[in-house]
Amino acid sequence: MSMTVVDTPGHGHHGHDPNQQHHFASMAQQFDSAKIGMWLFLATEILLFGGLFVGYGIMQGQHAEAFKSAHHHLDKRLGFLNTVVLLVSSWTMVMAVYSASVNKRKATVILLIITLLCAGTFMVVKYFEYSHKIHDGLLPGKYFSYKGPHLERERMFFSFYFMMTGLHGIHVLLGMVAISWLIFRANRGDFSSSWYTPVDLVGLYWHLVDLIWIYLFPLLYLIQ
Amino acid sequence: MSAHEHDHASSHGDHHGPKNPPRVFTAVLIALLILTFITVGASYVNFGSDSVNVVIALTIATIKASLVALFFMHLKYDKPVNALIAVSGFLFLGLFLLFPLIDFESRMDADDPAYQSKPAAIAPTAPAAPQH
Repeated sequence: MSMTVVDTPGHGHHGHDPNQQHHFASMAQQFDSAKIGMWLFLATEILLFGGLFVGYGIMQGQHAEAFKSAHHHLDKRLGFLNTVVLLVSSWTMVMAVYSASVNKRKATVILLIITLLCAGTFMVVKYFEYSHKIHDGLLPGKYFSYKGPHLERERMFFSFYFMMTGLHGIHVLLGMVAISWLIFRANRGDFSSSWYTPVDLVGLYWHLVDLIWIYLFPLLYLIQ
Repeated sequence: MSAHEHDHASSHGDHHGPKNPPRVFTAVLIALLILTFITVGASYVNFGSDSVNVVIALTIATIKASLVALFFMHLKYDKPVNALIAVSGFLFLGLFLLFPLIDFESRMDADDPAYQSKPAAIAPTAPAAPQH
């Protein structure tokens, strides 16, 4: 099986791309396999967050008044800001994947850096939201110590709020680690049109993080 | 057929995208931002009942999620197996939601005195007396 990679100078002396592992028949097969693996992981992520969404859905139905009252403590404007920030970061991410696939190294690095900055912005906004709630005692379950008028089950809303946004926030932080690693490797010139699998897979992960936020935002901030 | 796919894929790292990716991706971003504005705007409007508002918000969220999955996550241009995995994830999530919902909706409210099996505990006088 002859495989010549002409567009990567310095490579291609071994009869196949140096990024191709020997148990794969071709680069395309290797890329497809990696993608299937990533999608299987993402399916488990959907179900991981799914448990929280199902719990939220049922408890919101059971205690609609308390959840409605509790959500007024969230700032819609900050939630909206974070939604825009994450959507823009998804765009820069998909553009980075595209740039990597057409050998635009500099563009890839710059777009990944903007993605990282957006992720950082998201976490900073989250930090201000969290510290405001901690200050007011709007905390989960038994830690709820809000002094103002409230309904008993509002503490349950904040249990869901902190667990859902907290798990999502952990995913954003892990995404930032992964994107930083991509920036390092992209800058070193590891990626080309023949091999940019890590950029593509981290991109898929990042879009899932965005996709989950797309549901979290209306459910937590906008319930009327 | 497979030989053709192989040749094509090996030279381009299997990139089956739209004709002008930056343009398509930017259009998708603009659509996502507009939908975000709409969903925030809709949350200030009372459509008659709370559940109508929830349905509208979740419908918009699902449109946005589909745009992200189809274009940003390349599912529209990808091998169908990846879409199959994604969709089955959501189908199982639907099952996950369905069974607890059936359970909760068919359950009596334990706190409601009407369902208390021992009225004697609440009303010590004549347990057989009808309470109206």
